[in-house]
Amino acid sequence: MDHDARRDAAALASDLRAALAPDRVRTEGVELGLYGRDASVMSGAAAAVCFPLTTGEVAAAVRIARRHGRPFVARGSGTGLAGGAVPVGDPVVIVTTKMDRILEVDPVDRVAWVQPGVINLDLTRALAPHGLHFAPDPSSQQACTIGGNVANNSGGPHCLAYGVTSAHVLAMEVVLADGSVTLLGGLDPEPAGLDLRGAFVGSEGTLGIATRIAVRLTPDPPSVATLLLDFDSVDDAAETVSGIIAGGLLPAALEMMDRRITQAAEAFVHAGYPTDAAAVLLVELDGLPAGVDAGVERVRAVGLAHGARAVRVAADDAERALLWKGRKSAFGAVARLAPNYYLHDTVVPRTRLCEVLTQVYAIAERHGLGVMNVFHAGDGNLHPLLLFDAREPGVMDRVHAAGEEIVQVSLDAGGVLSGEHGIGLEKRDLMPLLFAPDDLDAQARLREAFDPEGVANPTKILPSGSRCGDLQSVPEGVWV
Amino acid sequence: MGVRSATSAAVAAFAAEVGPPEAGAVAAVGGRTQWAAGGPVSPDAREVRAPVGIVAVEAADMTVRVAAGTAVAELDAALAEVGQTVALPAWDGATVGGVLAVGHSGLRRLGWGPVRDTLLEAVVVSADGRVVKAGGPTVKNVSGYDLCRLLVGSLGTLAFVAEVVLRTRPLPPSERWLAGEADPFALVERLYRPAAVLWDGTTTWLLLDGHPDDVAAQAELAGLAEAGGPPDMPGPHRWSLRPSALLTLRAGAGPAPGRFVAEVGVGVVHAERPPPPRRVDDHVVALHRRLKAVFDPGGRLNPGRDPLASAPTGAA
Repeated sequence: MDHDARRDAAALASDLRAALAPDRVRTEGVELGLYGRDASVMSGAAAAVCFPLTTGEVAAAVRIARRHGRPFVARGSGTGLAGGAVPVGDPVVIVTTKMDRILEVDPVDRVAWVQPGVINLDLTRALAPHGLHFAPDPSSQQACTIGGNVANNSGGPHCLAYGVTSAHVLAMEVVLADGSVTLLGGLDPEPAGLDLRGAFVGSEGTLGIATRIAVRLTPDPPSVATLLLDFDSVDDAAETVSGIIAGGLLPAALEMMDRRITQAAEAFVHAGYPTDAAAVLLVELDGLPAGVDAGVERVRAVGLAHGARAVRVAADDAERALLWKGRKSAFGAVARLAPNYYLHDTVVPRTRLCEVLTQVYAIAERHGLGVMNVFHAGDGNLHPLLLFDAREPGVMDRVHAAGEEIVQVSLDAGGVLSGEHGIGLEKRDLMPLLFAPDDLDAQARLREAFDPEGVANPTKILPSGSRCGDLQSVPEGVWV
Repeated sequence: MGVRSATSAAVAAFAAEVGPPEAGAVAAVGGRTQWAAGGPVSPDAREVRAPVGIVAVEAADMTVRVAAGTAVAELDAALAEVGQTVALPAWDGATVGGVLAVGHSGLRRLGWGPVRDTLLEAVVVSADGRVVKAGGPTVKNVSGYDLCRLLVGSLGTLAFVAEVVLRTRPLPPSERWLAGEADPFALVERLYRPAAVLWDGTTTWLLLDGHPDDVAAQAELAGLAEAGGPPDMPGPHRWSLRPSALLTLRAGAGPAPGRFVAEVGVGVVHAERPPPPRRVDDHVVALHRRLKAVFDPGGRLNPGRDPLASAPTGAA
């Protein structure tokens, strides 16, 4: 860092410290390094990291960043897998984790106002006495924040019947790219004007920062049934998924795990999963009792017709919780199998699951990589995990090559790039595989309307050149 | 399949009909069932109509690809053959593109959710006459910005919808309308996800759907009598209130709607009198102006229509 740059950085830090509090602004090398990464394999570098407590402090941090000619990057718990929170362009990183209060729960209107740093699972736990919950339940729900869920339009197993985050956010107070504060959406059913709330959800911090969020609360279902079906072949399990949906039954959740991940999860949590099965399906039905009972029989019948070896229905809440624990601990269990894994996220039409899975296994084999599949089968959202040892020379090239092939076969089957992890940096340059130049241009226009100077989380989502006259540069200092 | 499925001849023809900016102002016409929404469109605008027809019912995927000019009722009839439906209001003559452009939900919103959650992919014609795709055909998708959300309720001021992929839902195995004197607010609280609870200040209507045994049990809990269907909706106005604000209608406090039917638990009020004015924040107004400027710089799409028309501006 030359003298001028050092002076600029010191002036930035000094302004941030004056606006927030000295102990909530960090500029030391080690901590900047920590906030240079998220849960993806990419990294960047921040000029400063700050921890605001209020909307006013977020706005102040944005204005200070702008005054110093720097972009800003919002960050929650940093559990994102696509590099959305990786700092690019020496930005000010604005961490929302200290804004962690549930401000108001209104059980009559079934809405809660929360700060962005509230942890997903903490919200649902706090709502339990009201018989309500927040429906999106990403696998990282013990760590991820509601603000992060908004930025990534997060999903989770139970989004099959209930919809992803966008269906559960009614309104947001946001700090826009120029530091101004406004409210998008509303608690009434048809707020005036364009659905700016809907446009903002899933924008990965590129349109501004949500500082207060009104989330829709879902009543807990009176009746729940959880089933475990096991199969001798992955094809049979995939056909069962298609059969359930084709029959007009929409379960609350419909998850699939293949043999390797089932064995790993079983060794990890002892849920009683059949370790000799080629694949298992975890199916949950909820609602009123007669509908749930009819659904259970329907799932059983479809499963048996497609060669299910056994259909186990959880007898009580404890068994139900155990079956889910295996599924939700799956990613943790993978550590037993390989030093590293790369988790993918694509979506295919539910009718094409079987053939795409077959291709995923073939791609991994061709590249000499282990693969396991644990995913939201009911909405066609694949999550292949490629297993590898990063110490093996050249292995990352094979991992990336296999990953791109998995994306391509998903798109060839009429699928999309991402179901819940987002685009971030990871898939930004793959966007032209899914969208034509005119499509990308339209997305770039939306961004331009919110952030004409491109200062909010720059270089994410859209490849450079998406907009005519685009000045966005290739990110410097980003390592993939 | 490459970047996108081939643009159909019908969509290409619609894009040609909209034409380049030099082709001047254009107004997209659907079934004219909500023609007043957003204010009058300029009489100078040339009328264009989106293509018609159901492109593909993907029953096993629970999605449907349909041209935007298709009547919702026609779509519903086709979906009923495979035991499915869509959460779009099937007003007489309303088109798929029209109800998406306006964004108003039907009477089952309490149970089936808002219109905006139904749209998965939109193929639109932009202000410069190009064919643009937003979203994707799968039921789950976070690949880039959610332009579909921006389009629903945009009154055709940002682009004209040509073809869409919609999420379908299973037709409920049974449904029943009930009516009586019960407290509608208590019903919403007590029943599990009823499809609709309507209230005109005196009488409450309840729509239950689902397994027949569940419907029977919920009906008994509600303690209402069988009814032939919903009441006639007063009009022409539509209010949007926070659900609990409907209580002010019961108290007789607040602005008077005249004759009304309220969607309890939702907050929509079908009323004789116009809604109280809503204030919209200046920053939100500015965002609207910028969005219009980037998507339709020449102001040729549905000139005169304004998504903020019914709302005065100023600090919220």
